Amino acid sequence: MVPMPLPPFEGFYDEHREEIYAFLLRRLGRERAEDAFQETFLRALRAYPKLRHAEHLRAWAYTIASRIAIDEHRRPRADADLPELASLDGRPAFAQLEHLADELPPTERAAVVLRYGYDLEYAEIGVALGSNATAARQAASAGIRRLRRKEPQ
Amino acid sequence: MTPVSPDLDRRFRDAAAREHLLDVAYDLVDTPIGTLLIAATERGLCRIAYDAEPERELDRLAQEFGVRVLRSARPIDPARRQLDEYFEGKRQRFELAVDLELQAGFNRRVLRELARVPYGEVVTYGELAARSARPRAARAVGTVMNRNPLPIVLPCHRVIGANGKLVGYGGGLDRKERLLRLEGALL
Repeated sequence: MVPMPLPPFEGFYDEHREEIYAFLLRRLGRERAEDAFQETFLRALRAYPKLRHAEHLRAWAYTIASRIAIDEHRRPRADADLPELASLDGRPAFAQLEHLADELPPTERAAVVLRYGYDLEYAEIGVALGSNATAARQAASAGIRRLRRKEPQ
Repeated sequence: MTPVSPDLDRRFRDAAAREHLLDVAYDLVDTPIGTLLIAATERGLCRIAYDAEPERELDRLAQEFGVRVLRSARPIDPARRQLDEYFEGKRQRFELAVDLELQAGFNRRVLRELARVPYGEVVTYGELAARSARPRAARAVGTVMNRNPLPIVLPCHRVIGANGKLVGYGGGLDRKERLLRLEGALL
């Protein structure tokens, strides 16, 4: 099967901007959501030409948005007196998980990473995968089972 | 659900161009002869399309120049401004960089010669062929005109048949006639 070619970025942006913005609003509130929105799509633009096909673009967009939402959360606010310890952790759990999950089938991989790496609700993952909460939960647990089987005993 | 505000949308589109992340920026520009889809790479203008079906045109741009095609007004502003002036009769020469990288050999030479045909004057296909060092290639020049990626700015409307007939135009003969009238080349 010939992989579906990437659409012009305009098409990708047009299709996903509203849901990604709504997602960032829920996570970050208005003020931070606007910055995070811009950063999400700028980061997507940088990586876009390296994508090899047009599958799972929505899950990909959510992955970038989630990562940026986490960075935004960690970013010390102006009124904080202490540096946030979480930012000192050089190897965040989600990066490790993404790496571990590399060999899973794409849907399971996206479900596992979004659930356990980025802490999304199953309903949100369902949206990202173009299915629903139940299917997302099943994909995540199938992925976890597969990872357990691969783990060295 | 709160939609993405026009302001936020515009800020993203501006930032994408400012940070040099686009293969192609484009916008739709209203003129007296219809809405034009105008596109530019970082090197310069790369497409002016009459009656564009945006989706098809964007696919073509993506294939030719790269997938990062995004509507972004700012990079198109100079072209928009100069076209406005042209249609108001206040501009006779365009000062815009053009990207003809994808045009090979003869095509590029013909388009370069075409760019030198002055406002308000006409040349024949044969003459333009001669200026492009291929005096017998009038027909091939016709093909290059028909596929001109930058009509108006590269003035293929100024190229006519040896018998004085307008012959043809990618955007339709009506437009060719209107442009020549605007320039005073037709009464």
